[in-house]
This record gives sequence, C-alpha cells and structure tokens, in this order.
Amino acid sequence: MSDKRRATRPLWAVYGEKTLEWVIRVAGVSAIIFVVAIFFFVFREAAPMLVNKDFSLKEFLFSPEWYPTSMSNVRYGTLALTVGTFSVTILAMVIAVPFGLGGAIFISEFCGHKTKETLKIVIELLAAIPSVVWGFIGLTVMSKIIMKVTGAPVGVNMLNGAIILALMSVPIIVSIGEDALKAVPDSYREAGLALGATQWQLVYRVLLPAAKNGLLAAVLLGVGRAVGETMAVLMATGHAVHIPEGILDSVRTLTANIAAELGEAPAGSPHYRVLFMTGVLLFSITFVVNLTADLVVRGIRKKG
Amino acid sequence: MSSSTTPALPPVLPPVEAIPPEMRFVETDLVRTKLKRQKIAKAVFGTMSVAMILPLLLIIGYLVERAWPSLSLEFLIDVPRAGMKEGGIWPALIGTIYLVFISLAVSAPIGIMAAIYLNEYAKDNWFNRIINLAVINLAGVPSIVHALFGLGAFVYAANLGYSIISASLTLAIMTLPVIIASTREALASVPMSFREACWNVGATRWQTIKAIVLPNSISGILTGVILQVSRAAGETAPIMFTGVVFYKAVERGTLLPYYLNEQCMALSMHLYTLSTQVPDVKESLPFATAVVLLASVLMVNASAIALRVYLRSRKKW
Repeated sequence: MSDKRRATRPLWAVYGEKTLEWVIRVAGVSAIIFVVAIFFFVFREAAPMLVNKDFSLKEFLFSPEWYPTSMSNVRYGTLALTVGTFSVTILAMVIAVPFGLGGAIFISEFCGHKTKETLKIVIELLAAIPSVVWGFIGLTVMSKIIMKVTGAPVGVNMLNGAIILALMSVPIIVSIGEDALKAVPDSYREAGLALGATQWQLVYRVLLPAAKNGLLAAVLLGVGRAVGETMAVLMATGHAVHIPEGILDSVRTLTANIAAELGEAPAGSPHYRVLFMTGVLLFSITFVVNLTADLVVRGIRKKG
Repeated sequence: MSSSTTPALPPVLPPVEAIPPEMRFVETDLVRTKLKRQKIAKAVFGTMSVAMILPLLLIIGYLVERAWPSLSLEFLIDVPRAGMKEGGIWPALIGTIYLVFISLAVSAPIGIMAAIYLNEYAKDNWFNRIINLAVINLAGVPSIVHALFGLGAFVYAANLGYSIISASLTLAIMTLPVIIASTREALASVPMSFREACWNVGATRWQTIKAIVLPNSISGILTGVILQVSRAAGETAPIMFTGVVFYKAVERGTLLPYYLNEQCMALSMHLYTLSTQVPDVKESLPFATAVVLLASVLMVNASAIALRVYLRSRKKW
C-alpha cells in the first residue's frame, strides 16, 4: 500500500490525544488525592495540639468534660459529644430502619409498576431536601409537636434530632435496600412462587436471607449519613454538652459542636486546634463505617 | 408446504361440580393463614411507605402556609432590612447561584474525566480498587469535615481567604464523588458492543469515547450534574466557615454584586441565621426563606428526573 492511500492522522491529533488521556488519568486519581488531602489538611491544623501540655489523648477520648475556653482549668474531653452523636444516631436508626426496610420491601416486591416508579421519584425528592431545611423543620414544627405530645419543657432535644435524622436517612435506606432486593435473581422468586409461596413468605424466607448483606450496607450508609449530619442536628438537638439521661434530654453531637464553636475560636488557638482534632475523630468514625459498608457490599458481589 | 397437523387441543376441563369433592383442591387452614399473613404484610409495608411520605407533605404544606404572608416577587429581589428582621433575600439568592455555578464548573469536568478513566481506561487491579474505595469514602466524609478541610486548605494554606472561591472549591470537592458515581453509571449503560464496533473500524480509545460513548451517555451525565446543583445549593456546613457570612450589604436587584475574592451570603446560611441568630425576626420571614430554598431545590431535582424519564423512554437499545 502506498503512503498516499494510508489514512494518517495529523501529529497534533496524536499528541493531543495522548495529553488528554494523561489529563483523564490524573483526574481519575483525584479522588485518592482529595481523600488524602482532607485528612492531611485537617490533621495539619490539629497536630500542634498533640504536643500541647493541656491536652492528652486519653482525656480527649474518654472524659465527658468539655471546657475548651475555661481560663483556670481547660478540659478537652469529647466523650459527651461522642455519646451524643451515637445516642442520636442509634435512636434515629431504631426509627428509620424498620420504615426504610419496610419501604424498600414494599417498593421492590409488593406494589405495581406505576406505584413503584412514583414512590421511587418521591423518595428521590425527599433525599434532596437540604439539611438546613430539615433543621428548620425540627426547630419550628417538630419541637412544638414534641412539647405537646410528651410535655417536655424544651422541644429541641435528642428525640427531635433523632426523628429528623430518621426522616433524612430513610430515603437512603430505601433506595439502597431496594437495589439490594433487585439484585436477588428473579429465578429465586420464580422458584418460590412455583412452590406456592405467597409474596410475604417469599420475602421472609427467600429474599431477606439472600439480600441480607445489601440491606445491612443500606443501614450502614444510613448510619454514616446520620453520624456526619451537621446542620439538622445543630438546630434540632439543643445545646447541652452532657451525657444524656433520657431521650428528652438535649444533647450535642461532634458535628454540631464543631459548627457551633468554630466561628468563635480564634485561628491557631488551642480551642481551634482541638476542634480540628474532633474533625479527625469524626473523619475516622465515618471512614470505618463506610469501609465496613463497602466490604459488606463487596461480599455480596463476590458471592453473586 | 407440508400441511402440518394442528396439535390436538387439550380436553376441556370438566366443571368443578363434576369433580368429586375429595379430589378438589381444598383451602386448608395452612393456606388460609398464609393468605392472611400475606394481606397483613402488604398492608403493613404499604402503611410504612405512606407513613414516611405523608407527614412530610403535611409539614411542607404547613411551611408554605406560614410563609405565605411574605412570599412575593418583592421578597426575592429585595435586600434584608432592619437588621435582617424584614426585607428580602436577594443577596443570599445571588450568592447561592455564584457558589453553585463556580463549584460545578470545577467539579463537573474533573468528575466526568475521573469517571471516564474509571469506566473506560481502568483495569480491574488493586490500584483502581483503591480509587473506588476513595470515591466511596469521599462521598461519606461529613460535611463539617469538608468545612474544616476548606478552612485549612483553601482559606489558610492556599491563602485564598474567606471568599466565594474558597467556599466554591470546598463545595466542589464535596460534590465530586457523586458526580463521579452518576457519570460512571451513565457511561456503563452504553452497551459494550457499541465500543467494540468502533474499535473494529480502527478507532483509538479516545476516538471511541468521543464518537460513541459520550454522545450516547451525555443525557445521563447531565442529569447527574443537574442533581448536584440542588445538593450544592442546599449545603450549609461546608460554606459557613469558608466564605459565607451572615450579612453583606448589596444593592437591591444588582445582578453581579460580588467579586470572587469577597465573602457572600447564601440562601441556606441565611435560613440558619434567620431561624437561630436573629432575635425578633418577622414571623413569616424564615418560613419564606425555607420555602424558597426548598422549592428551588425540588424544582431542579424534579426537572432532572423528568429529563431522565423522558430520555429513558426514547432510548433505542
């Protein structure tokens, strides 16, 4: 074949393509860069605190006394905040998990095609409501309802925060739980139906065991969202830094604490640095939760 | 050609009465229980689905009702007055638009390219599994940690100061993982055979992406990006320490009131401020702000969903 007949591309196109592919590769790695950068920059602001004489890691993790601006005796214990975060999260999950999984089962197995599509769209819209609007709902609507129903003197408390968080995490649990149920092969359903099982027997005996991991991952991602949620709990849980004694106590979470105090802490002060340290703690907690969720999901993929 | 013999029709079943009772299918107690349980289960799960949606609709209705006295065009284009106790939300509205567009201008190209890499170039090896893990973890980082990162990295380390640009970059990193995920899904929905056909006529990888993969998935990619508009507009925590302030004086109705190195107001932050920091604010004002924020977010989302449904119905494969 002569050179004239061979299709050639101009040099700039060849090199342009090579460059572009490199840019794409760099962008591909960006997620790793950003995760590392987030840890690095947050830790960099927090690190000087580790050598501060008033700070001990043991006190930071296990003492409930949080007096970061005290003149005479500063104490940086975050136990009350950690307990606050987990108690609100657990209460939220107690409310959200049955509803979320029930909704997922209904959407995936019990309703017709039209209802299914409608419900999925509504759930997607619910997931889009901004957290500050949820916080506002907690502050104005939910607090009044709680005061009326329970007779509590203050409406912004742990129960309020938990209900708001539950409403926020239900859409996530529903949509991921529904995916997990959808991932169960139809042959399982057909085999069950052929044996004369009702839909409920099918769900209870076949689908729940088969989709167990996916549903667990859905719950874990709901937990991840609840732990990391800031504005809603800031506005809905009240502001007392103490270990809660009942569900009508007001609490403060790790996230809300940072949001509430960072504005008042002068840059570079011990208070400011200890708030970044809280950020490192929070990052670590959600990292573990998300990693576990991912490993659980991967578990199903390998089996399936 | 060969007139095939039609298969004999199955014999018509005799009427039920003709079958002797001991040979009929009888509804035993077991069957009755199982059907009853089926009914109960369906009712319970149905109620649960309604129970998570209905209260919300009522709440939204309540918000609109309380907001009604303040809702008007004037409310949108007026500036806050009398120490934010009265007036409108113009500076916050424009600030939010600034933040959303700048952050998406940064995160959309990076996110789309990252997704192209992960879906079209990456092989299934340990390195790319780590990238996947990083994307998942980035999506799970709490918004307040993003705020700390933005403060440490953009405001101080990069010396951008408390500014629109710092806040937008922080938002960009927050929306990045979701854009990567949605774009990947759109790319993965293009059948492999399309790519193979293109490779077979001698196209390079990038030519295939440009000519086949992107045109066939652009609608899905766009929907994913649009959905992030609403997410970026609603976020508060990441921007409240990186460049958004309680109040900034702005002329009424000016279209471009901010420079990029200035601080700005934002709708989400404005709602937080009005409902927690301003004493004696006019009753309906925070409600109206909440309704405007909610309505804009839901409208953007609904249009993205409508676009997706429309495009899915036109899909040829």
